[in-house]
Amino acid sequence: MITAERKPLEEIIEYIKPYKRILLLGCNECVTVCAAGGRKEVGLLASGLQLAMLKSGSSIEIREHTLERQCDPEYVEELVPMIGSEEAILSMACGCGVQQLATRFKDKPVFPALNTKFMGGSLSQGVWDERCKGCGDCLLGLTGGICPIAKCAKQLMNGPCGGSTDGKCEISDDVECAWQLIWNRLKALGQEDRFLDIMPAKDWRSGGGGGPRKIIREDLAE
Amino acid sequence: MKTESNLEKVLAAGHLAVTSECGPPRGAIAKELTDKAKFLEGVVDAVNVTDNQTAMVRMSSLAGSVLIKQQGMNPLLQVVTRDRNRLAIQADILGAYSLGIDTMLCLSGDHTKFGDHPMAANVHDIDSIQLIQMVKAMRDESKFQGGSDIKGAPKMFIGAAANPFADPFELRVMRLAKKIAAGVDFIQTQCIFNVEKFELWMEGVRKMGLHKKCYILAGVTPMKSVGAARYMKNRVPGMDVPADVVERMASVPKEKQPDEGVDICIETIERLKKVEGVAGFHIMAIEWEEKVEEIVRRAGLYPRPEIS
Repeated sequence: MITAERKPLEEIIEYIKPYKRILLLGCNECVTVCAAGGRKEVGLLASGLQLAMLKSGSSIEIREHTLERQCDPEYVEELVPMIGSEEAILSMACGCGVQQLATRFKDKPVFPALNTKFMGGSLSQGVWDERCKGCGDCLLGLTGGICPIAKCAKQLMNGPCGGSTDGKCEISDDVECAWQLIWNRLKALGQEDRFLDIMPAKDWRSGGGGGPRKIIREDLAE
Repeated sequence: MKTESNLEKVLAAGHLAVTSECGPPRGAIAKELTDKAKFLEGVVDAVNVTDNQTAMVRMSSLAGSVLIKQQGMNPLLQVVTRDRNRLAIQADILGAYSLGIDTMLCLSGDHTKFGDHPMAANVHDIDSIQLIQMVKAMRDESKFQGGSDIKGAPKMFIGAAANPFADPFELRVMRLAKKIAAGVDFIQTQCIFNVEKFELWMEGVRKMGLHKKCYILAGVTPMKSVGAARYMKNRVPGMDVPADVVERMASVPKEKQPDEGVDICIETIERLKKVEGVAGFHIMAIEWEEKVEEIVRRAGLYPRPEIS
């Protein structure tokens, strides 16, 4: 999933303080799962903003709503009847959702309430870690299912650097050495020989080096 | 011979090679580098010029190498993949070779977290092994990494680093094997304080016959003080300083510790000379270049061979 964290309240207030009526819009997908921008967080942020505005002697009308998916035009259409009287939209989706709104409602200011972080998964309750950089040419089949691009601090593709100690990365004891994890997996799978294969220099065009990426599925596209 | 590199000539002639290093200054004063380099004149076969070491901005290793070359010495250009992509690195290699630099070291580089620009983006377009492949293809096939032809190939003698002390230990010989398969000509190892562990690594190296496929220069460092020993033991990732080495440094009074550090360094060289497969020494006397001559002389590695 795409993970995100809420921006500091002060930064959000800076965005919205010129307005009297805003739509605060959550998303029911990834940001709900990582507890950053779902229905619950929309409610919490709305109260927080109301309170902060009251304290500063101003007021704001906040309409709360949460879409099934903010990155999907089909769901964003739902907003058309309710958007007219709102002066601005504060989105609690990832950057994909924010941009979907900005594209659809061309004359409406749209602001992000979240910082979009990374593609990752949950390690345990309340903890998420990065797993994928979206390089567009997945090599997990060669590395025991653990990604050196996303999980090695130097994105080394041919083994651990000289800073790996007791399974930890040189940058921090809180970071596991990706190549130790890969090696453990290759051993468990009986694929130790695979380590000796040299992974050649990567073609980054599929990873964004070729400019903004797009997928067109002829069989589905209208 | 693959190149005109003095280091290659010394090694190919069967001599124990000696290299040392010079870190470029944190400013534009050339004299700071050349003054340090003077201590190494006639004492080593090549001088490593570090590339933004510990991720701190310094005068570029290419400019530093040219300054060393102008002093009549043989620079060994260090190149890290952290700061430049494959276009920039290849451009620098062409420029370096055109300025008479024929020996280089392929590294991934310390993480930016450790330096003075932790906010900078890490490039890592390619890794150190892919860098070796790239330099070899430039030299032997006159090909850029992108596939087109080079007019006037840079004939670099290609080096890389190896750390026998990092984890997982069982990968350390295999990682050297990968560097050799990629085309490395010589290796400079991490500083060796734990000679037993180095011997264990070399055993694995010899078992795979890797010592016959590239020259291995054993890295040594003279310690200035017990504080430096403790710092390396506890704070430098991938460094293995055994407790008895620290204790030996601590056992002498502070003013005698520099001498003790030099003694340990020379004794280490003597022990390493007996290890089959060691082709020379890389003496990393960081900000202590004036000690290199004494170490080289006392270790019986002086004078350096003159090979035309």
